[in-house]
Amino acid sequence: MSIRLAPKCLAAVLAAPLLAATFFMSPSPARAMDIQSVVSDGGIEAWLVEDHSLPIVSLRFLFPGGAATDPDGREGLANMVSGLLDEGAGDMDSQTFQARLADQSISLSFDASLDTFSGNLKTLSRNRDEAFDLLRLALSEPRFDDDAVERIRTQILTGIAARANDPGRIANEAFWAATFRGHPYARPPVGTPESVAAITVDDLRDFVSGRIARDNLIVGVVGDVTPGELKALLDSSFGALPEKARPFDLPKTDPGAAGEVIVVQKDNPQARVIFGQRGLYRDDPDYYAALVLNHILGGGSFTSRLYEEVREKRGLAYSVYSYLLPMEFAALWLGGAGTENGAVSVSIDLIRKQWANIRSFGVTQEELDKAKANLTGSFGLRFDNSSSIAGLLVAVQQRGLGIDYVNNRNSLIDQVTLEGVNEVARRILDPDALTVVVVGKPENIDATHTIREDG
Amino acid sequence: MSLKSVLRAPVRHALIGLTVVPVLTGTALAQVFDPTTFELDNGMQVVVIENHRAPVVTHMVWYKAGAADEPAGKSGIAHYLEHLMFKGTKTRVPGEFSKIVAELGGQENAFTSQDYTAYFQKIAPENLATMMELEADRMTNLTLTDEIIEPERKVILEERRSRTDNNPRALLSEQVSAATYLNHPYRLPVIGWAHEIETLTRADLEDFYGTWYAPNNAILVVSGDVDPKEVHELAKKYYGVISPRKLPPRVRPAEPEQLAPRDVVMRDARVEQPSWSRRYIAPSYSAGETKHAYALEILSEILGGGTTARIYRSLVVDDALAASAGAWYSPGDLDLTTFGFWFSPRPGVEMSEVEAALDVQVSALLKDGVSADELKRAQQRLIDGAVFARDSVGGPARVFGAALSTGETVADVEAWPDRIRAVTVDDVNAAARAVFDMRRATTGVLLPAQEGATPDAGEKRERKS
Repeated sequence: MSIRLAPKCLAAVLAAPLLAATFFMSPSPARAMDIQSVVSDGGIEAWLVEDHSLPIVSLRFLFPGGAATDPDGREGLANMVSGLLDEGAGDMDSQTFQARLADQSISLSFDASLDTFSGNLKTLSRNRDEAFDLLRLALSEPRFDDDAVERIRTQILTGIAARANDPGRIANEAFWAATFRGHPYARPPVGTPESVAAITVDDLRDFVSGRIARDNLIVGVVGDVTPGELKALLDSSFGALPEKARPFDLPKTDPGAAGEVIVVQKDNPQARVIFGQRGLYRDDPDYYAALVLNHILGGGSFTSRLYEEVREKRGLAYSVYSYLLPMEFAALWLGGAGTENGAVSVSIDLIRKQWANIRSFGVTQEELDKAKANLTGSFGLRFDNSSSIAGLLVAVQQRGLGIDYVNNRNSLIDQVTLEGVNEVARRILDPDALTVVVVGKPENIDATHTIREDG
Repeated sequence: MSLKSVLRAPVRHALIGLTVVPVLTGTALAQVFDPTTFELDNGMQVVVIENHRAPVVTHMVWYKAGAADEPAGKSGIAHYLEHLMFKGTKTRVPGEFSKIVAELGGQENAFTSQDYTAYFQKIAPENLATMMELEADRMTNLTLTDEIIEPERKVILEERRSRTDNNPRALLSEQVSAATYLNHPYRLPVIGWAHEIETLTRADLEDFYGTWYAPNNAILVVSGDVDPKEVHELAKKYYGVISPRKLPPRVRPAEPEQLAPRDVVMRDARVEQPSWSRRYIAPSYSAGETKHAYALEILSEILGGGTTARIYRSLVVDDALAASAGAWYSPGDLDLTTFGFWFSPRPGVEMSEVEAALDVQVSALLKDGVSADELKRAQQRLIDGAVFARDSVGGPARVFGAALSTGETVADVEAWPDRIRAVTVDDVNAAARAVFDMRRATTGVLLPAQEGATPDAGEKRERKS
């Protein structure tokens, strides 16, 4: 749950790992991953990767509908629920519930991103039944006792205060506020001090009854459990949930503020820069070509063009990168850098130049081959522990990619052609459309908007 | 971890790496990993941990040299050199190493701490030999020129701005470390002071490289889907041919007896949520009264291990004085380490009031000790943690690399659950009484710019005309 105070784009990346370019690295798995679809007697489906080599079970679950569905004036509701489900349930108050988890070494956590509400359970086999029962209680019978609600509310508020002047947070919030003006994505997922203060226990209960249900549940399980055992556990944990979630609908939107350069004047020694433009949805036919293109542009950590030009040749930044962020209701192509105030202007020029260059002249066959080699070679390397595999199982279901996806994914990368990459570069990348946010005191910069602090 | 750990304590020995990839710090979680170990003829130690769950290998080389091994007045060399190790060698142009790893689908990085510098790649098993060839090459053949080191100096200064200067809590942590140690180089930041980074020379970097980067000062750790016999053959072929070097003794200036508590109070206009921490100088697995180390790990769990631990329960839940609070202890340092407490007060609560409540807890601990039940529960959680540690390829490699770089042995790591299990109530109470002495404590307080400063009223947007 450490992500709840993270900038929203980061939260979205972490909560929906398949969406992030960095998560797509991969080899043809030298061994296919054996994924089983298990359906319980009560009709609850989970994808399972059995592995009895360690006495551990990892479970990840997800419900579509996260912070973007928070009611106006109650921003931060989904996030607050995620902090409270393990703060007392059934006949156990917060300390009793937490002690049951701790004494059996059970990890249970919940997360809210813009598009999803999710959670993770990890337990030793010997405590498996108890762990799944505690999960049932947390989802079905959360208490929301006053003292726990106020304690978590205070933690959220002090967390917001602690990050009030964090340049990365300010940059993210300014970027999302500008590009999604008027859309729920414009709002910080953790909420504001005012909205968090306004959230009531009724709001919390309303979120739980509306969002957490069997018909929108997605489950991935990895580890020391058989399909037969899992069926019973699924019914135990999720069988008591309401059958249907409350429907919600948000409009799809294109990011606005194209071409704007927004400077938030802040006294930090290093300026934080965020830039971005319209991206591609996950089901766009060019998605894989864009993934390869992004790897060459700013995704490959020590080999990308942005890394080479901004960091390696000139030493202008420690960190410079780009990534694709396809969400449910919008798609972004994002990037960031941190550089001293005097070098912001030249760094942004360089980034725009790379953007323009790759659009006009495309990539080389050699770059394409190397990017594909990396993306296919690194994919399987990520799935060496039960939590990351459980995350993969859920993300693949969430995106509707099909149970064969994991073992076919590298062929989708291999099919990307030079023409395809260069075509998507021409179609999507637009240096003039980049929205740039700078937090700091940048020199020689032509801002379209300047935001100053009061006083 | 949940929200309760968002305002985590500043960790002194934050590892710093080539990129902003978070790395594991804190308590080593070891258990019976059952590794295969051997030593090459040139003195290089090798640890192989088999894990055949996925076709993945983590290949790491650790050097027993970190920031605390730098010459006086030249802070930052170890970390600067770590960055430069990704440049060229006699036979490879700058960046070639990373390009080869990338083409093979590998992931790589490196990190520097006070006690060690480590390099790693995560790759498919069939690429292990290539990684060894590359890593062995840069162990001896690194080439440094001004054209290479000058842009990287700027990168590192940007890294420092990003990591430290932009973050008041990181700045305070640096100041507190400098006050915690009176003489030992743990007082200096791993990344270095900016004014010293600016003046480091190529000769400084080459001297450090020439002194410490040698097979007999290195540990090879290979974890994953491998056969130890094959790893042994490859290690002999690539690393075994490198000549050992005469190493200087690894002696750092020692701490004198500490006689006075220190308070470091920092005000910064960027702070809107105050925070507080206190660190007591404490033994590690390898320094001071080492017999207390395992008991202190248990004590740290009893006091600070989550929301049911003593500190959180009393300050955050029962007294409702703090928004968050906890304790930490990192035993895996070569020299004296610290045991710390931290909290962030609830809005409207005076720092002194929370501090007094914490003092009550520490006094009660020293007077009444811990209970047998608390001990048993903490032991179970720690030992269970060692099982979870096996659910990883890279994690166990880090455990062995860090342990062998800081004076521990493979046997020590393997015996960890037994040693945790053997700790008694009396051991925990004796350790607490040995460590919690205010004369050896440094308190760090982070406050807004001026008393009563109100939180930012929000940002006003102005349209440029």
